[in-house]
Amino acid sequence: MEELPRITVSQREQFLVENDVFGIYGYFDASDISTQKYMMEIQRDKQLDYLMKGLRQLGPQFSSLDSNRPWLCYWILQSIALLGESVDDELENNAIDFIGRCQGSDGGYGGGPGQLPHLATTYAAVNALVTLGGDKALSSINREKMSCFLRRMKDTSGGFRMHDMGEMDVRACYTAISVASILNIMDDELTRSLGDYILSCQTYEGGIGGEPGSEAHGGYTYCGLATMFLINEVDRLNLDSLMNWAVHRQGVEMGFQGRTNKLVDGCYTFWQAAPCVLLQRFYSAHDLVHHGSSHISQGTDEDHEDHVHDEDYPEDSDDDDSDEDSDEGSVNGHGVHHTSTYINRRIQPVFDSLGLQRYVLLCSKIPDGGFRDKPRKPRDFYHTCYCLSGLSVAQHAWSKDEDTPPLTRDILGSYSNLLEPVHLLHNVVMDRYNEAMEYFFKAP
Amino acid sequence: MDTDETLPLSQRSEWSDVVPLTQDDGPNPVVPIAYKDEFRETMDYFRAIYSSDERSPRALRLTEETLRLNSGNYTVWHFRRLVLEALNHDLYQELEFIESIAEDNSKNYQLWHHRRWVAEKLGPDVAGRELEFTRRVLSLDAKHYHAWSHRQWALRALGGWEDELDYCHELLEADVFNNSAWNQRYYVITRSPSSGGVEAMRESEVSYTIKAILTNPANESSWLYLKALYKDNKELWISDPSVSSVCLNVLSRTDCFHGFALSTLLDLLCEGLSPTNEHIDSVRALATEEPDTNLANLVCTILGRVDPIRANYWAWRKSKITVAAM
Repeated sequence: MEELPRITVSQREQFLVENDVFGIYGYFDASDISTQKYMMEIQRDKQLDYLMKGLRQLGPQFSSLDSNRPWLCYWILQSIALLGESVDDELENNAIDFIGRCQGSDGGYGGGPGQLPHLATTYAAVNALVTLGGDKALSSINREKMSCFLRRMKDTSGGFRMHDMGEMDVRACYTAISVASILNIMDDELTRSLGDYILSCQTYEGGIGGEPGSEAHGGYTYCGLATMFLINEVDRLNLDSLMNWAVHRQGVEMGFQGRTNKLVDGCYTFWQAAPCVLLQRFYSAHDLVHHGSSHISQGTDEDHEDHVHDEDYPEDSDDDDSDEDSDEGSVNGHGVHHTSTYINRRIQPVFDSLGLQRYVLLCSKIPDGGFRDKPRKPRDFYHTCYCLSGLSVAQHAWSKDEDTPPLTRDILGSYSNLLEPVHLLHNVVMDRYNEAMEYFFKAP
Repeated sequence: MDTDETLPLSQRSEWSDVVPLTQDDGPNPVVPIAYKDEFRETMDYFRAIYSSDERSPRALRLTEETLRLNSGNYTVWHFRRLVLEALNHDLYQELEFIESIAEDNSKNYQLWHHRRWVAEKLGPDVAGRELEFTRRVLSLDAKHYHAWSHRQWALRALGGWEDELDYCHELLEADVFNNSAWNQRYYVITRSPSSGGVEAMRESEVSYTIKAILTNPANESSWLYLKALYKDNKELWISDPSVSSVCLNVLSRTDCFHGFALSTLLDLLCEGLSPTNEHIDSVRALATEEPDTNLANLVCTILGRVDPIRANYWAWRKSKITVAAM
């Protein structure tokens, strides 16, 4: 009797997930056009319903997140903003008031009123207030005290601790620097030796781990890379290996995994796609300066190789096989004329963006509202935030900069699926970020 | 003193002198949680002793009750540490307490940080215990991120490196796709005080890794690890015949995924490997396209076909080769 090959835990788990995912894709492919249309839709009304309900009231099962309420605010408000919506004045005031009560008397924000200030909840609170926007929200942040708090969290090794005597890792570094950057309170003390610490967290795989020696991980890779961008030390990292690691985290399901040989998870849509876009744009900008070669010859390879997704999407009425060149002078659904300068402001994303969008819309999205990690997992606000944020990143991945809107072909499903673009280093909607810049960087 | 923990705190005589402090949520909070009565009450009493900074035995007991209701409350963990210090409490008992919390919820930053704090105070005497604890957690989830971090910290701070490489092997025998175990191997050979470093370990590790690659050529972990062994010595990487030959070996097989062999070869070429006829023939045999005079270009083209998810990436890599060669 022939012995069956032993399969490992990793293989078995992967097999089960693939079954679920390909089952969904198979069902989609076999469905009629109207079902497909429905499955591709973001379902904005249902999403907003889920989000607004959460903002207003949460059940007792949320007690486990009682020390993460600014996160809940951010996850929900960011999701609403990505959908191009905002909350009414009353809710806005309530949110500003509540978040204000999480602010510590010595700076920073805790997980709830009266809780010890913590860098992660501080990041969430600041991002939530920036997302709300407006003078009331932005002025509620005590910047002087925040400076003191960030300084207190700084460690001699160059890293940051999450709270008094708390844990130190790359996430703490990112949350501190992101806040310092947006609030315009960056200084040399905060950035001293920080690059060294993050560098020591880049592993042999190319990705970044939580602490020196730890395994390369999507969340920490985003945090580490974003921090290096914010302190202008990106070129100290081994970018080739980082890029290589990140693009290899996209698997057959078309979503991203967090670590090598682990399972796909919707939240990595953001944590892994953002570094891909950041790096690609950095290389692009860097090459232009470094090699000084003519832009057209750079563009020829990057912009004009049209690697088109194989699947047939009924919504995509564009001619899939058209070379980008022929877009010159053509009009997309929104009456924007493409010119040759427009073409040069587009790149072909290094990851499969349409495939990624497919995973999010078909496998993570819950038609009743909310998003999840993967099939069979329940929805939650964290995954809703990062699936939507990641979806936005994927939709805007062809743009070299924020002023270049996506084409119809960049958006999976109808163009109405288009989400607001985010600032890749902070994950707040671009418009709100710009407003915050106006506010915090205006001359005294 | 009535310390019956099944009674609500407000009914326990032990706590009769304390006025519970309600949460300052404001009149119309957002994301309000519909706390169960027990939760709300326990938190109210915690807030009271936290505010009065009472570092007593009953405060310690209260933090335990609070943490069993929400082990994510880092303020409570922080305060518990202050109380433990003030009372000079038995930290071995504390290790047991942490283990009991970990049973229900091991994916919790605070718990692991607390464990680290306790173990650091107890010192090298608990080295074995920390390795044992993390081994237990890893036996349930061999890729548990916090457990691996803690284990790495314990080795670094408390010692116990001797059997670590064997432990990695044990895990890899059970599941060669366990990237965390590969990562730990790298950690040991680069950080263990008794290891001679990558230089001394390279030969045996390369041999170990090649064996793993040939058994499962589609296992990305092993390919990444192989490259890591030459991280600080690129000249050796491109000149070591073992590296070239494992690529050629895999490429000559018809029954497996060629992607990692091809991308490794691509990296070697980009680092300056002069391709031999064997390399060229091997790659050309896989090409359905017009053979490119530039072997690296051809490899990229083939990769775009055999690894279609990353078609754009391989095209991007190709464009970078072109630019670099200019």
